Amino acid sequence: MQTTTDEALIGRIAGGDKLAMQVLFARHHVRVYRFVLRLVGEPSRAEDLISEVFLDVWRQADRFEARSQVSTWLLAIARYKALSALRKRPDEELDDETAQAIEDPGDDPEVAMQKKDTSVVLRQCLTKLSAEHREIIDLVYYHEKSVEEVSKIVGVPENTVKTRMFYARKRLGELLKAAGVERGWP
Amino acid sequence: MNMIKNKASEREEIEALLPWHAAGTLSRRDAQKVEQALARDAELAIQYETVRQDLVETIGLNESLGAPSARAMQKLMADIEADASTARRVKTSFNLGEWLSDKLSSFSPRTLAWSATAAALAIVLQAGLLAGMFVNEKQGGALFDTASISRSEPAMAGTYALISFAPQASAADITKLMQTYNMKIVEGPSGEVFTVKLAVTGMPKEDLARLIKQLQDEKTVRFVGQKSAE
Repeated sequence: MQTTTDEALIGRIAGGDKLAMQVLFARHHVRVYRFVLRLVGEPSRAEDLISEVFLDVWRQADRFEARSQVSTWLLAIARYKALSALRKRPDEELDDETAQAIEDPGDDPEVAMQKKDTSVVLRQCLTKLSAEHREIIDLVYYHEKSVEEVSKIVGVPENTVKTRMFYARKRLGELLKAAGVERGWP
Repeated sequence: MNMIKNKASEREEIEALLPWHAAGTLSRRDAQKVEQALARDAELAIQYETVRQDLVETIGLNESLGAPSARAMQKLMADIEADASTARRVKTSFNLGEWLSDKLSSFSPRTLAWSATAAALAIVLQAGLLAGMFVNEKQGGALFDTASISRSEPAMAGTYALISFAPQASAADITKLMQTYNMKIVEGPSGEVFTVKLAVTGMPKEDLARLIKQLQDEKTVRFVGQKSAE
């Protein structure tokens, strides 16, 4: 069965087609929600923000220039919205505190390690990364974004993307080592 | 000395690309470079294994975050309704060119080849119709039917329904549906809704309800409803 491309949907949205908007939303809202949730930490707030993201798409669809994927455009808007929302609240920065809010209610890395569950420890350590590192790891591994696309979403040069990802991995390795998981690198 | 430096920087470059190689988002050229390096460098291969573990657990962690409630969609649609830009943008007419271009862009080359054959057939049929009209006119009659409205039928006699087609439905799907149910488009589209003639006479209520239900279950149909008498 043929499916309408995201770009074609954006064209229809630009013409005021609400059904196309619903299709685009159905296609992308879960991933956008998870990206925002990892940034802001509160499910209800993340829900409000994704509505705002798609409302921006509704308003700006005629300005979309297919130079990047629609999903990349959505994540860039989502990131901007999430960071703006965080800036509006004093004492709440994009930091490790936010990560704690959505941390798995499981064991601490050390306790999990005692239970020899490397997978759990690794997930725990992923939530303990700084927001900057968490964001880049999510974009590359979960959202499957290329170096160029990450550069567009985060707004940094491609070399910075590669370097940031390298240090995020290194930091993750250090956290794992501290939790007793030795993987041979770094 | 320079060669050693170059090799080190080349290795660093490959190391930096490992996450994208694991995620499958590298260009073919870069992916080949990484594959070759992994085959000859055992230490790099160990590092790549850690990258793959990270990838699997990052996906698992994100998938465990759940999904937003229906409230997000409801809020969006309410915001769209209230948005100042909505009223001036909502389509009032159906753009056939846009619809056709949209459909054609989503067809595979094979489908397009079939479509071209169908189009050629349609042209031949049209030529036949034109010739028929010419002969008719010569014989003193100038009767002809358009694709939608037949002049030989009374304006609203029969049973009618309102129908809109699924976005993924092809022209061939719609034609097949029309033939299967012996329907004829008599009006539209208005927005994306057409009026179709289901029967030349009035249908009993139960039969009509059954037919509407049957049509609603067709994949080609997005919406179908009885058209109230005018």
